[in-house]
Amino acid sequence: MHKDPGAPILRKERWGDYCLLCLKSPAIAREARPGQFMMVRVSDQPYPLLRRPFSIHARTRETVEIFFSRVGLGTNILAQKKTGETLDIIGPLGKGFTTGGGGSKRAKEQEPGRLAPAESLNGKKVFLVGGGRGIAPLYFLGLELKKQGAVPIIFYGGKTKSDLPLADRLKAHKFALLVSTDDGSSGFHGFASAMVEAELNRVAGLPMAFPPLDWADAPRKSRPVRAASYALAGFPARVFACGPEAMMRKIAALADRYGIAAEFSLEAIMGCGIGACWGCARKIRRGDKAEWLKVCQEGPVFKSSEVVWEEDKTNEVSDR
Amino acid sequence: MADLSIDLGFLKLRNPVLAASGTFGYGLEFAPFIDLERLGGIVVKGLYFYARPGNPPPRLAESPSGLINSIGLQGIGVKAFSQEILPRLAGLRTAVIVNVCGSTNEEYAQVIDYLDRQEGIAAYELNISCPNVEQDGLCPALSPEATHAIVRLAKRTSRRPVITKLSPNVTDIVCIAKAAEEAGSDAVSLINTVLAMAVDVETRRPRLANVFGGLSGPAIKPIALRLVYQAASRLKIPVIGLGGIMSGRDALEFLIAGAMAVEVGTANLVDPEASIRIIQEMEDWCEEKKIKKLKDIIGTLNVASP
Repeated sequence: MHKDPGAPILRKERWGDYCLLCLKSPAIAREARPGQFMMVRVSDQPYPLLRRPFSIHARTRETVEIFFSRVGLGTNILAQKKTGETLDIIGPLGKGFTTGGGGSKRAKEQEPGRLAPAESLNGKKVFLVGGGRGIAPLYFLGLELKKQGAVPIIFYGGKTKSDLPLADRLKAHKFALLVSTDDGSSGFHGFASAMVEAELNRVAGLPMAFPPLDWADAPRKSRPVRAASYALAGFPARVFACGPEAMMRKIAALADRYGIAAEFSLEAIMGCGIGACWGCARKIRRGDKAEWLKVCQEGPVFKSSEVVWEEDKTNEVSDR
Repeated sequence: MADLSIDLGFLKLRNPVLAASGTFGYGLEFAPFIDLERLGGIVVKGLYFYARPGNPPPRLAESPSGLINSIGLQGIGVKAFSQEILPRLAGLRTAVIVNVCGSTNEEYAQVIDYLDRQEGIAAYELNISCPNVEQDGLCPALSPEATHAIVRLAKRTSRRPVITKLSPNVTDIVCIAKAAEEAGSDAVSLINTVLAMAVDVETRRPRLANVFGGLSGPAIKPIALRLVYQAASRLKIPVIGLGGIMSGRDALEFLIAGAMAVEVGTANLVDPEASIRIIQEMEDWCEEKKIKKLKDIIGTLNVASP
């Protein structure tokens, strides 16, 4: 982990409420693993006081990217930053997704509650499910999985078409991509979790609990994507998800129903990001007991069986 | 180079900057960012005898220039601390101060008794002022009698110096501070967080699951300075000042107001290098003002009318 007090913004992209910043920070880029995050100081003034946590969206040899939506004071300030300005960032932080090989020595160490890292995903189908800004860590993850020979299929959901600004980028990288919108303005009409359920039911040969993925109705240009998603028969070897709490809870239930290993990147309000303040606690099951664990240090990625999903909104992150 | 060292009487510090309890983990979290040996000392996170689960989330709410927390003193307990953390801290050439908690007076004594059998601890800081563990922010530091009783028991138990950490949520700080002094406390540190809350207008719910929390950060610095000044003016024992220190100049304000040392808290969360930067800024100020010994500015506030 490194503190980079002056990482220059090399590139910025804006789509309505969504924003992507590409930062030059070779030391952080070198160590970054999918699912890890950075703490970004949005202002050198005392308000807002705290850094904000962001998943690492992508990295090259020298750069790291963050992708976020404007939800409050911090992200609004950040969205105003211009190319050439610098940001004070700390990263990479936390424990990322279990991808099955590659990466730093540290990432390979067996950690309690992790999936067995030795299991190769080469040639296997995996589902990546992103809701809204939850797509952020899945792009980085998808690229890494492809390098390992896995076949990632990305399910990308939003309220409406404008909530899917990265769809083009994902297609450009030849990901098998299935999109959904709550209002039906693009792709599958319904929640991302319903789209995943429909696909799992189809694989299982079950009658559809939800409207089936009727690809005959899909726009012609998305057909190659459909072909890719059908290329491998059977269930995915693993599901990775990030998005609204309700979506992840549903995905966890589906993964459980079909016995598929799943991992979730959780969001939390964080004080420090480095395990010092214990502000980001989340109820996590380890062994036979559940306790408040630090999302910043023990996560932000947890496996399905570890997460205690709250029916109420105790764990939801609201605007600050 | 200016001499930043401070002698509290019971403890000599390389410089007056301590990392404040609750914002610095158990210290090792900061090793990737700073040289811990450059600090005057480290006050580790509050310890009860047993591990403690803490409060449900959300535990944090930001406010203008401040942070409201209701962590609820989640922690690993004295045994895990002594076995897993302390051996790694004990080798450091910096003062390690353990923040001691208790649900009862006896638990404070129990924690001290256990830690007294460990090596590598310079002093205890009695946490009698956390607003997040009892209903309505109640804590012993709100009462001179309760303060006196815990400090006296701690002093009888302990083979090490005891610093008593006081609450700002009181009508008369001098009365409480004097109670700690009379009970034998070797020093007092103040302030702990200011009892506070935050409301979400959209949901009409409190923004902290615990409803109340403790406000820290730059927002509370003026309150802390006033309380430190009041206490330092009336006590014989050293006062350690804290509350919203973000810069070397902030720390200097506390020393001028009468604090013999300072603790840096919330600034550590914002910038893990903050404590070292603050030391550097104090040193630079001494150079600029040709002050040879930093301790010479302690309590030099001039309140005479011009």
